[in-house]
Amino acid sequence: MEILKSATAGTLESSDALVTVEPGEGIELELSSSVINQYGRQIRATILETLDRLQVQNARVTVVDKGALDCTLKARVECAVFRSCGKSASNIPWGGVIR
Amino acid sequence: MKNAVGRDIPDFLLENGKEVYQGKNYMDGKYMQKVGPRTRRYETPQESKLVDTIADALRQCGAKDGMTFSFHHHLRDGDFVVNMVMKAAIDELGLKDLTIAASSLGSAHDPIADYIEQGKVIGIQTSGIRGRMGQVVSEGKLKTPAIIRSHGGRPRAIEAGEVHIDIAFVGASTSDCVGNSRGIGGKSNCGALGYAMTDAKYADHVVVITDCLVDFPNMPASIEAIDVDAVVVVDSIGNPKKIASAAARISQNPRELMMAEDVVKVIASTPYFKDGFSFQTGAGGPSLAANLFLEKYIDERGIKMGWAIGGITRPMVELLKKGKVGKVIDVQDFDLDAVNSINQTPNHFEMSASQYANPANKGAFVNKLDFVVLAALEIDTGFNVNVLTGSDGVLRGAPGGHPDTAAGSKVCVIVTPLVRGRMATVCEHVVTVTTPGDCVDVLVTDYGIAVNPLRPDLIECLDKAGIPHVTIESLKEKAYSIVGRPDDVQFEDKVVAILEARDGTILDVVRQIKPFTL
Repeated sequence: MEILKSATAGTLESSDALVTVEPGEGIELELSSSVINQYGRQIRATILETLDRLQVQNARVTVVDKGALDCTLKARVECAVFRSCGKSASNIPWGGVIR
Repeated sequence: MKNAVGRDIPDFLLENGKEVYQGKNYMDGKYMQKVGPRTRRYETPQESKLVDTIADALRQCGAKDGMTFSFHHHLRDGDFVVNMVMKAAIDELGLKDLTIAASSLGSAHDPIADYIEQGKVIGIQTSGIRGRMGQVVSEGKLKTPAIIRSHGGRPRAIEAGEVHIDIAFVGASTSDCVGNSRGIGGKSNCGALGYAMTDAKYADHVVVITDCLVDFPNMPASIEAIDVDAVVVVDSIGNPKKIASAAARISQNPRELMMAEDVVKVIASTPYFKDGFSFQTGAGGPSLAANLFLEKYIDERGIKMGWAIGGITRPMVELLKKGKVGKVIDVQDFDLDAVNSINQTPNHFEMSASQYANPANKGAFVNKLDFVVLAALEIDTGFNVNVLTGSDGVLRGAPGGHPDTAAGSKVCVIVTPLVRGRMATVCEHVVTVTTPGDCVDVLVTDYGIAVNPLRPDLIECLDKAGIPHVTIESLKEKAYSIVGRPDDVQFEDKVVAILEARDGTILDVVRQIKPFTL
């Protein structure tokens, strides 16, 4: 998927994450997390896997994590990506890249 | 050297007879030499001990570089006293190389972090360390390792001379002109003054700081004039709203209520739950809620609680007033109901920290305790509990009376949710051991109950009562299945804090945090 405009998903509530995607070259990830010491590695892996699954190759991604579980992180990244390419209102590829 | 909870204690800390933690009751039967303070004689009758400023009091007590000042934490997050005294000592008198020996420190003491960074404060001895102070100590900016002690370990260390107090500062809600002090009757009331009592008896000098001067004699006095050198009247010793909060509402959270009821079911299944039993609970959500269910079970069995100790809050005061508990003995008050009850409600008494929890005296209250209900930041599969360091390794908590009550009580119940956000509360290894697993008996979580295999008698009780329980390993796996398996927190080599077991042996160390990079 191609990032056309900047978009966000999520909140800064506890157990959530705020994900921002913007057009960029290659994948640039900026990650901060309240649980970075114990889960930073896993959070980064989850985000990169999700982008890869959505076939996003070029994006600047900023994630402010407040202790979200993996399922939440995936959902927020997917939503931000769809919003950034105008697919969030309709044509959401349920059952395809969303797993 | 590895200690009894598997923690590696660096050899350089094991000097002058210091030992690593060997297990519960290791010091039993040994003799200790108590120290006496060097105090000034005031033979000429004094009309008053009032001095104008804290700086004057410091000068009168011969304050100089390298001294140890002690404080108590009954004013909790509202406390102004520590900051006022350190400001006078450092900014007005120009003192340096000072050590703060406090019963606890909190976020009210953020300004002390500056004095640590400037190298003016070089030692911290406390139970609690939080906020900016916890941060700078964790960053290795304190010149000597902080020493963290439990509420019972502190009076033991003071009596044994392991910490020598040059000047003790007592923040008193009321005092008369010669220093008879109480925690009630003023405008900034805190109730009990139990943590300051040992300080007043063992410090070379004692300064009372109050914002409400009352007529002589201020009786019954928690701190007696016979131990006091000087009295300073200030505008305010603290912010009353943060000293004693309005009573914490009993949780409406169904998860917490479920855990609280499970705690009481466990308690009621043991042979110790009989007329005259004794009890202590913390002030956390599920622990407080346990009081409610306890009342129900007390009524059902037609029994009464003999006595309760604490850390007292409203639910216990209410049980006392209803005649469902015989006596309440109190080292600190957490809310206004408790503050307004101590020494007022019949059978609500005050005690010192030593009387409460000191393992080296001849019988602290915790040693007669049947049940204690406590919380945990983390608990590992060895039942070791951490209530000091966060998941990032930074100092942000306090052992308080946790290790003392756990060791002394017949049944120690830890109640905690299995996970908090993405943090697994039940884990493989806690970051820091603050209460050793050989003192912890039962774990109650929202996903199940686990009993320490060291207590087959309790396993039998639960089985007889039909209370299901699982292994702590299965709870840990359940937690990891939800949040994922955490990576180990990374530290530098430098020791920034020493965690003393209540008997004075070394339970664990906290090392300098390593900036995290992905």
